[in-house]
Amino acid sequence: MSAVKTKREPLLRMVKRDDLAPRRAWAFRGIAFVAALITGGLLIAVLGHNPLLVYKDMIVGSWGSPTVIKETVKLAIPLLICALGLALAFKMKFWNIGGEGQVIVGAIAAGYFGFFMADFLTRPMLIAVMFIAGVLAGGIYGLIPAFFKARWNTNETLFTLMLNYVALAVIKYLMNGPWKAPGSSFPKMPMLVPGGRLTTILGVHWGWILALILIVVAWFYFNRTKQGYELAVVGESENTARYVGINVRRVIMRTMFLSGALCGLVGFLQFAGADYTITEGIAGGVGFTAITVAWLAKMNPFGMLVVSVFIAMLERGSNTIQTIYKIPASASSLLIGIILFFMLGCEFFITYRLVWRGKGVADAEDTNPSVGASVEATGDPPVEKGDSAVRDSAARGGVAS
Amino acid sequence: MIDTATALLMAAVLAGTPLLLGALGEILTEKSGNLNLGVEGMMFMGAIAGLIGSYSYEQALTAAGFEPSGAISALVALIVSFLAGAFGALIYAFLTITLRANQNVTGLILTIFGTGFGNFFGEYFGLKAGGYVTVSSVTKAAFSPIHFPLLSDIPVLGKLLFQYNWMVYFAVAVALVMFWFFRKSRFGLNLRAVGEDPAAADAAGISVARYRYLATVIGGGICGIGGMYMSMVTTSGVWVHGCVTGYGWLAVALVIFATWSPLRGVLVAVIFGGLMIMRMYITIPGLPAQIYDMVPYLATILVLIITSVRQSKEHAMPAGCGLNYFREDR
Repeated sequence: MSAVKTKREPLLRMVKRDDLAPRRAWAFRGIAFVAALITGGLLIAVLGHNPLLVYKDMIVGSWGSPTVIKETVKLAIPLLICALGLALAFKMKFWNIGGEGQVIVGAIAAGYFGFFMADFLTRPMLIAVMFIAGVLAGGIYGLIPAFFKARWNTNETLFTLMLNYVALAVIKYLMNGPWKAPGSSFPKMPMLVPGGRLTTILGVHWGWILALILIVVAWFYFNRTKQGYELAVVGESENTARYVGINVRRVIMRTMFLSGALCGLVGFLQFAGADYTITEGIAGGVGFTAITVAWLAKMNPFGMLVVSVFIAMLERGSNTIQTIYKIPASASSLLIGIILFFMLGCEFFITYRLVWRGKGVADAEDTNPSVGASVEATGDPPVEKGDSAVRDSAARGGVAS
Repeated sequence: MIDTATALLMAAVLAGTPLLLGALGEILTEKSGNLNLGVEGMMFMGAIAGLIGSYSYEQALTAAGFEPSGAISALVALIVSFLAGAFGALIYAFLTITLRANQNVTGLILTIFGTGFGNFFGEYFGLKAGGYVTVSSVTKAAFSPIHFPLLSDIPVLGKLLFQYNWMVYFAVAVALVMFWFFRKSRFGLNLRAVGEDPAAADAAGISVARYRYLATVIGGGICGIGGMYMSMVTTSGVWVHGCVTGYGWLAVALVIFATWSPLRGVLVAVIFGGLMIMRMYITIPGLPAQIYDMVPYLATILVLIITSVRQSKEHAMPAGCGLNYFREDR
C-alpha cells in the first residue's frame, strides 16, 4: 500500500449501455412485469388466497363472457383516448396532469346541449353539436395553462392539477343548482334523452371505433407530420427549436389545445355513450390513470392500446375478485401501482448496466468495450451522444423548465 | 359576531392542520430537489397505518387483559404513520435517485399506489373487524382537544390558542423546527444547496444522493403523519373510504402558496382550512357554496401566475426541483 490513499472502486457501478436490441429491452420489461405479478401474488398469498386462482379469476372476470368483455372495452376507451391526448403534451415535456379536468369540462359542454337543446335538434345534429362542444371545451381548458406556460413559463404541472378541482367544483355547483334534475330530492343531473345517446356497435358505443382510428391518426401525427416533429423538438430542447425557427409559443399552445381536445372528447363519450348523465365521478380518475398508460407505452399509440386494455382488465377483474374472494376492489390500484413501479424501475436496467467491482467491461456482450473503458477510467459520460443519449433524456424527462 | 369569527378560526385551524403537515413534508422534499407528487399517496398510507397501528395496539392489550393507554396509542399511531409515509417516500426515492426514473411519473404512481394501499387495507381490516375499523374511546380521547389549566380559560384568546388536540401543536412545532433547520443549521443550508444547484453542491463535497434520500424519506414520513390526522381526528378514528382524497393535492398547492417557507405555511394552512369550511359559517347571498370550494385552487393558480410573471427568485420553487441529478451530465 502506498501512502497516497486511493479511493476504492465502488462495489457496483453503472455503465450506460450503447444500445439494447429492442427485443432484449422488451424481455427486460417482461421480466419486470412478471416480478410485479409475483410481488402482488405474495400479497394475495399473505391474505390467505391462492394467487394463481385469484389471477385466473381476474382474467375470467374481464374476458370470460360477452357481457364482461363489453364492460372491459368500455373501461379501456376513455383511458386510451385520454392517453393519446396526454402523450401529445408529454412528448413536448409539458406535464399535463389536468386530463381529469379536461374530461369534465368536455362532459359539461356536451351536457349543456344534451340537456337543454335536445328538443330543438335532430338526432345527428344533436350528437354532432355535443361532440364539437366537448372537444372545443376540453381544448380551451387545456389552452389556459398552455398560454401561461408559453408566455411566462408558469409551472404547468400544478396549474393543470388545480384546474381539475375547479372543474369538479363546477360540476358540484351545476348538480346542486341550475342543472339539478327536476323533482329529484338529492343533487343529481337529469338523464340524457335516448335520442342523444350514442348507438352501439357490437354492444359497445361507437367510441371504440373512433379510438382505434385515433391510434392510427396519432401515430401518423407523431411520426409523419411537421407538427408532430415540431412538438418533439420543443420537447427535446426549446433552444434548438427556437434556433431552427420553430415558433415555440405557438407549438405549445397548439399541442395543448389538441391534448385537451382529446380529453374533452372523452368527456363527451363518457356522457353520451356510457353514463348518460354527469356526476362527480364522470372522469373517475381516467385523467390520472391515462398518464401512466401513456408513460408505460413510451408514448407509442399502439402500445397505449395494449396498456389501456390491460389496465381496464385489472380494474374489471378486481370487481370480480371482490365478489368471489372478498378482496377489496381497491386491489386494482394497489396492483397497478406495483406493476408501474416495477416497469419504471426496469427502464434503468435497459439504459444502464451494472458492473461488479473487479469485473471488466469487456466481457459484456452489448457494450462497446472502448466506451466502457473510458467510463471506467475517468467517470466521464460515454462519448457517444447519438440515439441513446436522446432516448435517455427522453426517458428521464423532468419538469420542462 | 365574535363568536362566529372564533368558531370559524378554530375550525379553520383544525381543517388546516393535515394540509400543513402534508405541505411541510413536501417542502422538505422539494427543498432537496425532489418534486414528489405522491403526497396524497403517502398521506393515505399514513392514514391507514396509523389507524391500524392504534387499533392493533388496543386489540393486543385488551386480549392480554390490560387496559390500553391513550397516550401510548397515540404514540403508536404517530410512529407507524411516519414509517408508512416514509416507506412510500423510500420507494419514490429509490426509483428517482438510484434508478433515475422520472419524478413526475413516479410521484403520480405513488399516489395511485398509496390510494389503493389505504383503501385496500381499510376495507380489508374493516371486513375482518366485521363492518368497519374503529378505535376505542381511550384513543379517541387522546386525540380530542386538550384543556390546559388556566390558559384555556382566558376569554377568546384561550379558545383560539389553547383548545386544540395535540397534533395541531405538533404541526406548528414541526414548522418551527423546519424554519430553524433551513435558516440556521449546517445540514439545512447544505440541503438547500442540493435543491438549488446539485452540481455545485456536489462539487463542494456534499453527497447529493444522501441528502435527497434523507429529505425525501423524512418528508414522506411527515406527510404520513398528516394522513394520520385525517383518520384519527377528522373522521374520529373510523376508516372512511377515500378519506384523504383531494387533501394531498391541496397540500401540494399549499407548498406553492407558502412559497416554500414553513412559517408562511402555518399561516396559509389556516387560510386554506378556512376556505374549506367557510361555507358552513358564512353565507354570502347569491354565491353558491360550491363556488367557495374553488377558491383555494384558484388562489393557488393566481400565486403560480404571479410568481412566474415576477420571476421572483426568492419565492420560487428550488431551481433543481423536478430534475434528477446525474453527475455525468455536469
